[in-house]
Amino acid sequence: MSIDMSQFHQVFFEECFEGLEAMESGLLSLDIGDIDPEAINTIFRAAHSIKGGSGTFGFTVVAEYTHIMETLLDEMRDGRRQVTKQAVDVLLGSVDCLREMLTSIQNEEDVNAESVAEHQSALETELNGESSVNEKPNVAATPATNKAPSPVQSQDEEDEEPEIEEEQGWKISFCPYLNLLKTGNDPVRLFRELSALGQLTTNVNIQDVPNFNELDPEECNISWDLVLVSDASESTVREIFSWVEEDCELELSPLAKPKKKKKPKAATPVSTPTTAVVETKEVIAPVIAPPPTTVVKKASSESDSAKNAPKASSSIRVDTDKIDTLINMVGEVVITQSMLGLIGENFTMDKVGQLKRGLAQLERHTRDLQQSVMNIRMLPISFVFSRFPRLVHDISTKLNKKITLKLVGENTEVDKAVVELINDPLVHLIRNSLDHGIEMPAERIAAGKPETGTIELKAYHRGGHIVIEIIDDGRGMDKSKLLAKAIEKGLVEESAILTDKQILELIFMPGFSTAEQLSDISGRGVGMDVVRRNIQSLGGNIDIISELGKGSTIAIHLPLTLAILDGQSVAVGDETYIVPLVSIIESINITEKMLNKVAGKGETFKLRNEYLPIIRMREIFNVKTGAATKPNEGVIVVVEGQGALCGFLVDELLGQQQVVIKSLEANYRRVEGVSGATILGDGSVALILDVPGLVRLSVC
Amino acid sequence: MSEKNENEIDALEEDNSAKKNSDTSTIIQYLSFVLGKEEYGVDILRVQEIRSWEPVSRVPNVPFYEKGVVNLRGAIVPIIDLRERFSLSKPEYTPLTVVVVLQTGSGSHTRIMGVVVDSVSDVISIERTDIQSAPDFGTKVSNEFINGLVSVNERMVMLLDVDKLLLLETLEQNDY
Repeated sequence: MSIDMSQFHQVFFEECFEGLEAMESGLLSLDIGDIDPEAINTIFRAAHSIKGGSGTFGFTVVAEYTHIMETLLDEMRDGRRQVTKQAVDVLLGSVDCLREMLTSIQNEEDVNAESVAEHQSALETELNGESSVNEKPNVAATPATNKAPSPVQSQDEEDEEPEIEEEQGWKISFCPYLNLLKTGNDPVRLFRELSALGQLTTNVNIQDVPNFNELDPEECNISWDLVLVSDASESTVREIFSWVEEDCELELSPLAKPKKKKKPKAATPVSTPTTAVVETKEVIAPVIAPPPTTVVKKASSESDSAKNAPKASSSIRVDTDKIDTLINMVGEVVITQSMLGLIGENFTMDKVGQLKRGLAQLERHTRDLQQSVMNIRMLPISFVFSRFPRLVHDISTKLNKKITLKLVGENTEVDKAVVELINDPLVHLIRNSLDHGIEMPAERIAAGKPETGTIELKAYHRGGHIVIEIIDDGRGMDKSKLLAKAIEKGLVEESAILTDKQILELIFMPGFSTAEQLSDISGRGVGMDVVRRNIQSLGGNIDIISELGKGSTIAIHLPLTLAILDGQSVAVGDETYIVPLVSIIESINITEKMLNKVAGKGETFKLRNEYLPIIRMREIFNVKTGAATKPNEGVIVVVEGQGALCGFLVDELLGQQQVVIKSLEANYRRVEGVSGATILGDGSVALILDVPGLVRLSVC
Repeated sequence: MSEKNENEIDALEEDNSAKKNSDTSTIIQYLSFVLGKEEYGVDILRVQEIRSWEPVSRVPNVPFYEKGVVNLRGAIVPIIDLRERFSLSKPEYTPLTVVVVLQTGSGSHTRIMGVVVDSVSDVISIERTDIQSAPDFGTKVSNEFINGLVSVNERMVMLLDVDKLLLLETLEQNDY
């Protein structure tokens, strides 16, 4: 075909991964014993689309693999097969395997044939071992369906059936329903594929075609009798029709009866299951094991994710509602613009009022427009949350713990960039809760708690932030143990007196781990400091509350968007800086009376009943221009950073505005106390203050 | 490319494409500029544009020769005063002061930076074989940014290594 298919690959992969996610969540929600047919249908549909798509794009390995899954699911759907936990686990394993295959293909690497073969044989075991009642009336179908799963075919298609028999082939009667064309299928494409298998003769039945004036060009009134002379197996032929099999009546009958041929064919499936059954136990185990290890790999080795990064999806799916709003908004802006143009054409001074109104309107519309454009980047946090049920399922099975995961506020929206970057830290925190937080069932019962532990993952908006909380009702953190460990490792002086909060913060120190035993889930003490660093690099912070015996809560505060913020511009000397509005509590003129010195150096001022440290921006940023100010001649901007209040002494407040955040690091470097830069209305650059960073800087 | 069309841009393009096609081309073009009494050169393919000085926004707590950042069509670009970097001449900033915008790095990791020089003098074409390596002055003079020396019309031009020059001390700064 002359069309370059590769241009659709990206869309195909995205759809596949979406499909896999749907399968995964469907499988996890399957309640063994009480099967919801709709759930199985959903899984089946996802598998079916993946199969169809990969067939179309020529990824035969994927198509064949999915075909086996589909067969299994089909039997479940028709109630011919019991849904067992084991089957679900095998299917989950194959979802992973498929994901791996697709990722490899996407990255243009070779598919790991070994692991595919392993999963495939596990699937076959499942398919054949618990032999389903074969209700297929077509005798020829038996060897064909059984043959398809054999690994030989998937690995080397050309290998199959070396002996060619004469006059062998299929008589195919293909009667599409009227709506075939509407589903976007083209029979000609099918025939072209068939003719690739061998010699194809087509006979068209047009007796059903109505009179010309009654003819609906979108309906398919034609049917075909096809004769295919080929050595292709029935499954190969059916494969071609798989995409339309719900929209047509299809009958296949063999042309000649190749007696000799059938025997060796039948022998293959018999031998496959027997060898596979013997291996059942060894096979099942690795199927369940891989998921956690791959997860561990992902989070711990940053180089790994860096390697995959370039291929990360750079497209975004947007709700049509959002686009409609955007288009409305653009319409409004255009109207305002033409109105302003009209005023400007014959401008007289008495039109000033009109002009001002027009400009005010334009400002409002620009702001709305900006908001809705930003909205496009907003994704529900469920994009991240949705993969955690699987993680919890896998790890809790592995640890023999009983844990339920509760998701709250999945529809909370957050910037796409945040969504992408928050995943790894969250995975880490949840693994910690699973491994260290929740106790073994026996231990829980002994402590008078319900046998099943609960981990709650909660997201909500507060101020300009999104807060994500991970709450477990596990054993909590033992503060005295933490402190002892920190002293033992030399991270804290023995004589140091720490507040409870400071003790809990110890877990963010590099190299800190209280786990008695290393496991492949957690315990190496490299993670929490990375987690905190990642979150801080997103402009957020992380808090812990923990009570021994009752559980822990880890709260992550993140800015909603990384691209725009509301800022207060302040003057320090001749320079302009932007303070993020969300961190400002209040701004006050201070008087000499409020000032105190601590140890002759550090300045504090009394705000109502609290003493707050003052940071002189002039000093900390070495500003030499402009007249030096005494504290009482400036303005104190009271800010909150990392839970601590602090006063920034600046010369003047200039104004509030929305600023577009530009990276200082892109061309330059990271500067202490500065989180980024922005371009002001006059084209000059102003630096945006990193409030938590400055507070930290002044405290240290 | 046609040889009849001899305007400068085409000549430059031709040279660029020749350079891309094969590395055996021996002619390299350098943009030369003056710092104090000395003449320096940078690979012309690294030069993005030449601008006049405009006030910068100072960045706090960085070395004195990093003057600050400017807005270059929406990108935040740092400005480094090479005169101060090499302690060569008194930094004066007038609208006639020249900023050479250089590109560093390759692939997706390019960075843009402006360097302040006294004046831009010429585009010089140099045979690769004419470049001499910089003599070693021991610890007295650091020649880590110098790629080589070349003499043009009896003047000595020092060829700067742009990548090394613009590699700010980012590593230690970012490492926390």
